[in-house]
Amino acid sequence: MIADSAAPEARPSSSWEHSSTARVIPPVRPRKLAKVPFVELAGGRLQGVVSSGSDIARVYVSSIAAGTHGYSCGTNNNRPCGGLGHGMCKHLRALVDEAVLQYGLDRVARYLRVEVDAEVTTGAQLIARMRGSRTPAAGEAVFSRFLRHLAYLELPGTTGPLPEMHWFPATGAVG
Amino acid sequence: MPGVWSELLGAVPPGVTEALELADGFDRALAHGLGRPGEEQAAALEALAAAMAATPLGDRVAEAAAKAAAGAAAEEHLVVLAGARTALFGAVHDALLARLDGVLGRTRDEWREPAPAGPSGAGHLLAGLRSWLHELAVAGWRGVGHDLAGAASQVIEAMLAEPALRRAAVLADGLAAELHAACGVLDRVPARRWADLWARALLLTQAGPDGRSPLAAEPVGTVSGRLLVLGVDVHEHPTAAQLQVHALLEAGDGPPRLVRAAVGAMKVDTVVGPDLWRLFDAHPVLLAALAGRRTLEVTGLPLLPGGDLVWHDDRARAGEEADPFVTARVALAGAAAPAVPPLERHPVRIAEPVLLEGYTAVTGEDGTLTFRLDGDGPDGALPVAVDRLPACGPLTPKLVARSTACIGLLRWDAGRWSVQPLAVQTRGKGGTTAAHTGDWAQGPTDPKAAKAALRNGDPVAVLRERAGRLLRR
Repeated sequence: MIADSAAPEARPSSSWEHSSTARVIPPVRPRKLAKVPFVELAGGRLQGVVSSGSDIARVYVSSIAAGTHGYSCGTNNNRPCGGLGHGMCKHLRALVDEAVLQYGLDRVARYLRVEVDAEVTTGAQLIARMRGSRTPAAGEAVFSRFLRHLAYLELPGTTGPLPEMHWFPATGAVG
Repeated sequence: MPGVWSELLGAVPPGVTEALELADGFDRALAHGLGRPGEEQAAALEALAAAMAATPLGDRVAEAAAKAAAGAAAEEHLVVLAGARTALFGAVHDALLARLDGVLGRTRDEWREPAPAGPSGAGHLLAGLRSWLHELAVAGWRGVGHDLAGAASQVIEAMLAEPALRRAAVLADGLAAELHAACGVLDRVPARRWADLWARALLLTQAGPDGRSPLAAEPVGTVSGRLLVLGVDVHEHPTAAQLQVHALLEAGDGPPRLVRAAVGAMKVDTVVGPDLWRLFDAHPVLLAALAGRRTLEVTGLPLLPGGDLVWHDDRARAGEEADPFVTARVALAGAAAPAVPPLERHPVRIAEPVLLEGYTAVTGEDGTLTFRLDGDGPDGALPVAVDRLPACGPLTPKLVARSTACIGLLRWDAGRWSVQPLAVQTRGKGGTTAAHTGDWAQGPTDPKAAKAALRNGDPVAVLRERAGRLLRR
């Protein structure tokens, strides 16, 4: 739910409320997708897909729950990851690193509800502040979200106007 | 032209403030939720109905507003209310555009009703979307949780696969993504924005008596001739992107005509910055003309009644080099502008190409940038929409702040005009140099940006490879 904030200091600037092009979603930052093609903050989890280093047809599906920080990792064929014996595996570490690149550390920490201070600047430091343990995998659901994600790029383009896109101006340049 | 900008930026046209106040009342009611309207919401709905009383929609709006005020609005009533809200913004659009045309001395075609086209069949998907929009209205924006935000996910997925439903699908997908992102995070509601998206989506679910959408139209004919590009406007949300090229069309004897040509692509959120152009590799001639600042010779392109060309890359070839600043200086002032289709009339669609020269760029204490034009007082300071400079091109706020000439789109949002730069000229030791949004259409030409792109690899290729290996098994 969107919090109903009545505190006067939280009153929105009226021009934002009256803007047809108000920005709601912060843009993600570009990153190298080869190793971790898919990362998202969704369904109460940081979740994503990590390509296997040894088999190009295999991927690992990894996730960390917000709040409890319970984690899981397994292949897309539902085999548990062999690296999960002692804490998080390399796939989970890669997932957190790439999430920090994509969304920024603050957004990831806030979503997962990890207490951080100014000293925490990397994915590894963020993981060190988590106190979760291994949980059953949500692999299938995450993998199907990844497939849906990929399917967007398979859809044909359009050659006529999409007038509604005027509500979605490009974002971005800084400096 | 001393004083013209003061004329544009001065007093708002009559009726605009009143119309927007009525819309704000409705938008607040929608944020609150129509499932449990209180006195304030009922009063806003009543005011909307009263304003529509003298129009052909009058009786139906009165009935719909009464139902909604009683917390009993059905889908058909919401469609009528969305129609009433759309009429308000249509009137605001018309008043603003008439003022702008007057200031620019721009002549605009009269609207002629075209033959309808578009969605036939797939009615069950549109019904599914409409039912989600009804649920959203009942809950109110503040009552939307993750479950409701995602409730139309399968309908939208199916709609994306239907070319005739792409407009509605892209819009609904963008709205759903924002609702998801806002859940539990935002402490305020972008009331006008979401009501805009909601109302347009609802209208897009409607079919006329012939089963076709009143928002779609058949081409009025085909055109051939020379396109002189003015610039490219880039639109994107997490899963869609559109390039809209603004150009002058020289065809036959008359004055050149202002036209637009748009190509769209579906994407994912990690395709951003200069990689965006890679989504459009099916249109190599268009991209080459943008990157090379060339004219386009086109043959037999369908022209829609709103001045939009339907792009066929194989019916175009890049011509000679043509500096858009020369095009704008020589031909923009006398160009004929197209009429705007009635159901598209909304201030957000106003994107009128202009050439600005002889201004002083002023950066305010709060970091905002304005162009103060010669002959105008402080009232004539035109805000620059630097937040609309896309990350896929070379224009940055700093560069725009140093500029001496600008090709831009005049925009109106949140009660004020602004200019969205598409290209700027700056003066340096070596003379005048120009930067255009489309300069990087074939890849970044700036060494720093090129290096960054090289470091990250090609995300579109990576994801297509993954799709090839994982999707079709």
